[in-house]
Formats: sequence, structure tokens, C-alpha cells
Amino acid sequence: MERSRLVFSGSGGQGVITAAIILAKAAAIFEGKNAIQSQSYGAAARGGATRSDILISDTEINFPKVTQPNILVSLTQESYNKFSPILRPGGLLLIDSKFVTIEKKVDAKHICLPMYEMVMEKIGKPIVFNICMLGALIGISQLVKPESILKVLETTVPKDFMDMNTKALDLGIQMGKNQ
Amino acid sequence: MTNKDNIRFIQGNEACVEGALYAGLNFFAGYPITPSTEITEHLSERLPQTGGKFIQMEDEIASMGAIIGASLTGNKVMTATSGPGFSLKQEALGYACMAEIPCVIANVQRGGPSTGNPTHVSQGDINQARWGTHGDHAIIALTASNHQDVFKITVEAFNLAETYRTPVIILLDEAIGHMREKLIIPEPGELPVVDRLRTHVPKGVDYHPYLPREDDRLPMSDFGAQHRYNVTGLFHDMWGFPNNDPAVVNGLLHHLVDKIENSVNDIAMYKEYWLDDAEYVLVSFGSSARSSIHLAQNRRARGMKIGVLELQTLWPFPTDIVREKCANAKAVIVVEMNMGQVITQVKNAVDNPNNVFLANRIDGQLISPTDIKTVLRMIQGKGV
Repeated sequence: MERSRLVFSGSGGQGVITAAIILAKAAAIFEGKNAIQSQSYGAAARGGATRSDILISDTEINFPKVTQPNILVSLTQESYNKFSPILRPGGLLLIDSKFVTIEKKVDAKHICLPMYEMVMEKIGKPIVFNICMLGALIGISQLVKPESILKVLETTVPKDFMDMNTKALDLGIQMGKNQ
Repeated sequence: MTNKDNIRFIQGNEACVEGALYAGLNFFAGYPITPSTEITEHLSERLPQTGGKFIQMEDEIASMGAIIGASLTGNKVMTATSGPGFSLKQEALGYACMAEIPCVIANVQRGGPSTGNPTHVSQGDINQARWGTHGDHAIIALTASNHQDVFKITVEAFNLAETYRTPVIILLDEAIGHMREKLIIPEPGELPVVDRLRTHVPKGVDYHPYLPREDDRLPMSDFGAQHRYNVTGLFHDMWGFPNNDPAVVNGLLHHLVDKIENSVNDIAMYKEYWLDDAEYVLVSFGSSARSSIHLAQNRRARGMKIGVLELQTLWPFPTDIVREKCANAKAVIVVEMNMGQVITQVKNAVDNPNNVFLANRIDGQLISPTDIKTVLRMIQGKGV
């Protein structure tokens, strides 16, 4: 497997950092890969552009930051505007149709999905928006197996919320697979 | 055999917590400060679970005082902070050097001076770790570049604190402290753990707290338990009472410095990558070492003879080891995120200091392999 370099970006509170941790943890613990997650720290806990870097590889990872992602996820217009120029040519761009309007096409596979709207329609809780995004991403890219994500969720999500998260993950996977 | 329960995917700060608990930490006092806060946060949960004590004090000075007191009563102790808090701890740190009280201080470095750049990476406290407190003294400071090593050097910090009866500083940095990667927690017994050396002098018999045994070590007595004795920051005799007799002062200061400096090669921990035939040697530590290894691996693939010496013990500085490892290098590049602190020691160590160059970054961003490559190209006369 070639080294995957991802940047998840969005607004504070959308759960992009949580999603990044879940993905990296799934790869590192349940798929025996090397993975590193880091995030930019600023005053972006609520609002403002947040960014989390994830590296997943079969070999050892030394430099822990992503300079040129081959996968970029943007869940707000601001983060799309800020980070789309660093996407590696030929990479993958995943955006949410409610929050992001494509302004200038970069050389990448653009996948624009109504993730937020589908979550609100089928589940009705915005807190699992990030898990739906994660589902879409692995539906498109097969980065990790859905079971590995579920195993991480089981150890981090309270029992009563597991059902909602599983639904959101499945919803995302279906949307991703149809691409 | 490793089972999944021992595998964690955590921040470097949590790796430090796990290492401390493995080493037997049972008392922590601290005052939270970015980017070290997760150490305090996680210990506030973990220590009560393991029967230890956690106290959030009113500030960093009080935290340092609390761990010194707790250590004297027989506990393995730690505090955690970052630059501004580390400054505040220096006075009491000197007291712990003078009174020979084992303790561990984790400093997760951020940009300075003053409140500086709280959420960004720096390695600017190397010299503060050495000379932050006043007067002649020796100190031990350790660092690491990945979570497995953070765990290991944290255990070692406690071991050295007990062995040499000294404060030991763990110098992490924001990049290592905050990033998440895998940690496999060693089984009990896998890493050595040094326990407190306690006196065999029975209750009611005179105990001399500062009378060395034949092997030069000083057995301790839990303060407030078996024996009454004095502890002071003044020069003192074997009973621990103030004494400024020139012979006593001279003897004690030599003892404080020699016990550590004479053991520099025993204390030294380092890792080396591709040094055997290296014409270019990158000397680095902490998160900078990750970028150095990345670049060296990349250049090796293109046939360049380049290697990395990663220092894990920064103080006492392993001068002889650095000299030996750099002896055949055309150029030595010290990679660090400050204006040049470790480079001074490397220049002192090597035979030809004119061949030592600095690759640094001080803007709060992690130094990248490209930053180092630029310096390398300049040295080779290739331009950038």
C-alpha cells in the first residue's frame, strides 16, 4: 500500500479531529498499520478553520505532518478555500454539498456528497455528521475496513449512541460506494 | 506476546503518563499549562485509580515544593509544565539538587521567551534545563522522538532520579506531546524499575542522611517515619545541618557535580541510524530527529552517505560519544528548533568545530526534511 496522507478540515465543533483520531486509531490498532494523527492547535475549538493531519502506512512514519495530502476532506467553505491548493495533483477531494461550493477546480477527483443533509434526514442528529463523512471516505477509498472503525467506536462511544453511529457510518459507506 | 489491551493510540503526553505509572509514580502535583496539560489531565484520572495522589496546586512553584516534600516521605514524584512554568520551578529545582531529592520534571516545550507561542513547537529550553537554576550543579535531562521512546525515557528518568538522588528533567516538545501514534505498553518486568534505596538503620539509632555508603550512594529514610533529620538548601554536613566549613562546602559541591558528570557515559542514551559510513551526520533529538531520520532515509535511497545521531540524553552532554560518532564526518549538521543550543555542545565535542552547521527553525512550525535538505545543499555548495 502506498502511504496515505490525509488532511481533514472543517470548523471547530464539526468533529473533524475526532474523525481523524478514529480513522488513525482503526488503522494503527486494528489493521496493524503505522498511523499518526496530529492537529493544528489554535483558538478554533468553536468556529474557525480546524485541520487534522493523518498518515497511514505499512512502513515506519517519521515526519509526522502532511505537506501535500493525497486525500483532502473539507466540511466548510473556509477550510476548502484554505486547503484545496495544497492537495496533491491527482488526489481526492471530499466535500459536503451543503457547506462547500466548488469555486476553482483543482486537479483532483472531486466528490461532493450531501452528507449533512442525509444525516439530518435519516438520523436527525448532527453529531454523527463526522462519522457519516468517515463512512463516505472509506466507501470511496477502502482505506480501512468498516469493522475496524466500528471496533474503535465501540471503545469510545457510549453504548446508547452506538446505534446512531453505526447508522451514520453505513449511510456514509453507501454514499461513498455509489461514487 | 502483545495483546491488544497493551496497544494504545495516544498522544505523547499520555505516553509520558503511562511511563511514569510503570516506573511507580505515586504522587503528582502540577498546574496545567499548554502544551503539557494532558499529562496533568490524565494523571488526575489515573493516579487515584492506582492508589496514588494527585494534587492540582495553586501554581508551578507550589507544585515543585509539593513533589519535593512528597519525595522525601518516600514517594516517586513528578510534575509537568511548559516554559513559563519551568521558569517558576527553577528555585525549588535547585533546592532538590542541593538536598539530593529524587524527582522528575516534565517540560513539554513551547515557543518562548515569556508566554511566547503556547500552542506551537519549540526546543528552546535545552539550556534552561541545564542552567535554569543558579549555582554550580549537575542535572540530568532526557528527551525522545516517538511514543515508545517517550515511555522508555520516562521510566529511565525515574530510575536515574532514584539512583543519583537528583531532579531529572524530561524535555518533550509540543509536536511529540500532542501527536498521536501507537504505543505498546511493556509488560511489568520488561523494563527495569529502580526502587527507592532506603536505610537499614533501625529506629532509635542515629541516621546520617548525607553520609554516603561505600558505593557513594545515600540511602534515604522516609521523612516523618523512623528518623528525625534535617534537610536544607544551605551547604550541609552528613547530618543535614547547615555548615559553611570550607572543606564541607568544597566536598559537597564536588559530590553534587561528580556523582552525575562522572557517570556521563552510563547515563547517556542515544540511537544511531546509518552512521557506519556516513560522510554527513545529522545530530538531532525530539521531534526534530523525526525530520532528520526522514531526510536521511530519503537521501540514502539516492546514494548519499548520510546518517543520524539521535540524542536521548541531553544532560550531562555525552561529549565523548558525539566526538566518536562524528569523527569521520565531512560535515555535522545539528538539527534543532532554537537559535542554536545543542550545537554549542557539539562544537565543543568534535575535533573540527568548523565543520559543524546549524539547521534550525524557530517560527513555531516543525522543522521539515526540506528545511534540513536546504542546509545540506548549502554545505555541499549546491545552492538551494
